[in-house]
Amino acid sequence: MTQPDNFGFTEEAALLKDSARKMLAENFTADVLHGMAAGDPTPERGPALAWDEGLWNQMQELGWGLLAVPEAQGGVGMPLVAVAGLCEELGRAAFPCPLLPTLSASYLLSAAGAGGAAPLEEIAGGATASLAVSNARGSWDFAETPIEVVGGKLEGTACFVQDVAKVSHLLVCARNAAGAGLYWLPVDAEGVEVQGDAIVDLSRDQGRVILSGAEAIEVCADAAPAFDRAMPAIWTLYAADMVGAGEWQLQTTVEYANQRQQFDRPLGFFQAVKHQLVDVMVDIDRAKSLVYGAACAWDTEPEKATRYAHMAKAAASDMAAYASSRSVQCHGGIGFTWECFIHLFFKRQKHSQMLWGDGPWHRARLADIVIG
Amino acid sequence: MSDEQLKDTPEQAQFRADARAWLAENTPEPPTVRLPQSPLEIMTHEQLDYLQAWQKAAYDAGLVGCDYPVEVGGGGRDNCQRIANEEMLRARTPFFPNVIGLGMAAPTVFYHAQEELKQRLLPALFSGEDIWCQGFSEPGAGSDLANVQTFAERKGDKWVINGHKVWTSLAHFAEWMILLLRTDKSVKHDGLSYFVVPIKSALGKGVTVSPLIKITGETGFNEVIFDNLEVDDSYRLDELGKGWQVAMTTLLHERGAGELVTPRSGGMKSESTHNTNSHALVDLARRTERSSGTAADDPLIRDRIMQQLIREQGLADNNRRSRVPDLQDHPMRLALQNKLLMSEVAQDSAGLAMDIEGAAASLYLGDGQAPDGGQWPMAYMNSFGFTIAAGTSEVQRNILGERVLGMAKSK
Repeated sequence: MTQPDNFGFTEEAALLKDSARKMLAENFTADVLHGMAAGDPTPERGPALAWDEGLWNQMQELGWGLLAVPEAQGGVGMPLVAVAGLCEELGRAAFPCPLLPTLSASYLLSAAGAGGAAPLEEIAGGATASLAVSNARGSWDFAETPIEVVGGKLEGTACFVQDVAKVSHLLVCARNAAGAGLYWLPVDAEGVEVQGDAIVDLSRDQGRVILSGAEAIEVCADAAPAFDRAMPAIWTLYAADMVGAGEWQLQTTVEYANQRQQFDRPLGFFQAVKHQLVDVMVDIDRAKSLVYGAACAWDTEPEKATRYAHMAKAAASDMAAYASSRSVQCHGGIGFTWECFIHLFFKRQKHSQMLWGDGPWHRARLADIVIG
Repeated sequence: MSDEQLKDTPEQAQFRADARAWLAENTPEPPTVRLPQSPLEIMTHEQLDYLQAWQKAAYDAGLVGCDYPVEVGGGGRDNCQRIANEEMLRARTPFFPNVIGLGMAAPTVFYHAQEELKQRLLPALFSGEDIWCQGFSEPGAGSDLANVQTFAERKGDKWVINGHKVWTSLAHFAEWMILLLRTDKSVKHDGLSYFVVPIKSALGKGVTVSPLIKITGETGFNEVIFDNLEVDDSYRLDELGKGWQVAMTTLLHERGAGELVTPRSGGMKSESTHNTNSHALVDLARRTERSSGTAADDPLIRDRIMQQLIREQGLADNNRRSRVPDLQDHPMRLALQNKLLMSEVAQDSAGLAMDIEGAAASLYLGDGQAPDGGQWPMAYMNSFGFTIAAGTSEVQRNILGERVLGMAKSK
């Protein structure tokens, strides 16, 4: 099958994106986020859990959490293109919630074969989940997971576990006799301790998961094929989130540049400002088109999904870094203050930029595919 | 089956099949003379004759101007030029020599000339028999187009033109020129008017065309001096003082954002397009030896090639997204980025190729040891023609900032 001209973006997908945008614009503006997440400006504030669980539950009722769950397990099984469109809107609002980790877990579970069915049914029933894969060095390579299966139970400490304070379940990658497998357990199970990290990003939470003899359901003994299939989808969704956040950064900064007067002119009159913001727009548009291209490849040409997803995540990560730096710079002194909402998106973007591999990491993998 | 074929209407599918069949039989043999990289570097009559014969043949076969009405020499078809272009690209045909005529003059004449003038000018433009050039730039007004000073003074139903145009590609072969000039010195934008002028027949009688040598050592562009050239008022396009608005039609098409599908893209793509993308960079890096291994083993080179690849793919996906209205917030946002991105991506590719070549990048056309025949240094130098012409990249960023992002005008 070849990639359709419109990236396979159906009316249904457009409707989902549109309604998500409206719902978030009505209920979750940047000042709401600021009031909720930025209450305490001290650097030592430690892990805080700031989110609107009520609004998240409404989204769950709309079925957002089960979009990536196949119909056979009670989900919706939407194409990745549609899910990416939704994640873009989530990023535009920087909405704190466990949707991205839950979708990520869903893609891994779907790719894991029969063992994934029961956990997917739990997600279809409202469970949320995060991935415990990364070691203390921040390696996203599943083969380097810090967790081991010892006597049928999980041992070890996983780091950088996303939104772990908001999820009900963990999908753990752990080394076993077959290599590395996937394991499913509730976050409040015995032998599970969660320690929240103090992080830069105020729109997410993150933590370390210490597993000491925790019992879990084995989803699959060899996770390699599941990671091969699911990672391009996960990279694409994080890239989509960055594209949406970038759009907010651009729009907000352009509004400021149009309104703020300096040297008797609006800031945007000056080419040194105008050209930077145009370059931000160009980077956003490229990243957005690559995200849709990558999602569409995953849906229709799986053999090409990895290379397109590397491109999308690399472009989005670099865009996020640039859009963030320019949004603060073009706001001038105001942009350097806690009161200005710009810092919220700056921090989310810096966080997303590094999750699951930054630009150079993805380009190095892409080069291995293209150049050999 | 390709994406293109999947979305063709029955009429378009038939047209595509006919075009493909004709091209299989009629794509010309390579010429005995060396062809330039693009129509803008045509230097000799031998080159021109070969390319003109090709455009004439393609026109007679219905592959040029096919979306224009039959009355003006077109094919009267619906959205078929895109298909002709795709098939010509697929068949790797030579480019068309009348690139300014097809890309800029044709849509401008079509949208702004009187019916009679259209019927007189356009058939010979499409067939390539009349080569066209564009009299916009002046020594004192590069990308500040509203500042042109070439002046036409009214004398009955004639105009007397005096002034100095420069960087005029193809003027040395051109029969006709689209000409932006000033008819009123007291106002800036509203003092401009737009003409079509027969320059070849006026050589030595009010028009002088002198070749300029480009940075690459090639000729192909010129300066044009008007010294009391008399032209008839019937050669004026649109109303007096509306030259700026007419010029916007030209520029929209020049920058690839025009409404009417012109044959330009089919004519512009050439063998060099295939040779200057990131796959060619990968190939070059594999062939280029370094002190330890090849350039393709160098992590920095690998990263830079991947950056180029991602930019190219982004451009392709932008084009794909620009065809889906649902996925855009502003109708001109992607279209206006196109010229900026194409020219800068091409420039950076060629610049990277020179970095990959290292010392061998010093070797130029004519040196037997030059990698790829010295095309990369030439492509790099030539690329500035595209980041400067038709509005510099800086002007293009102003336009994007002002028209799409709504920021205050820079002038």
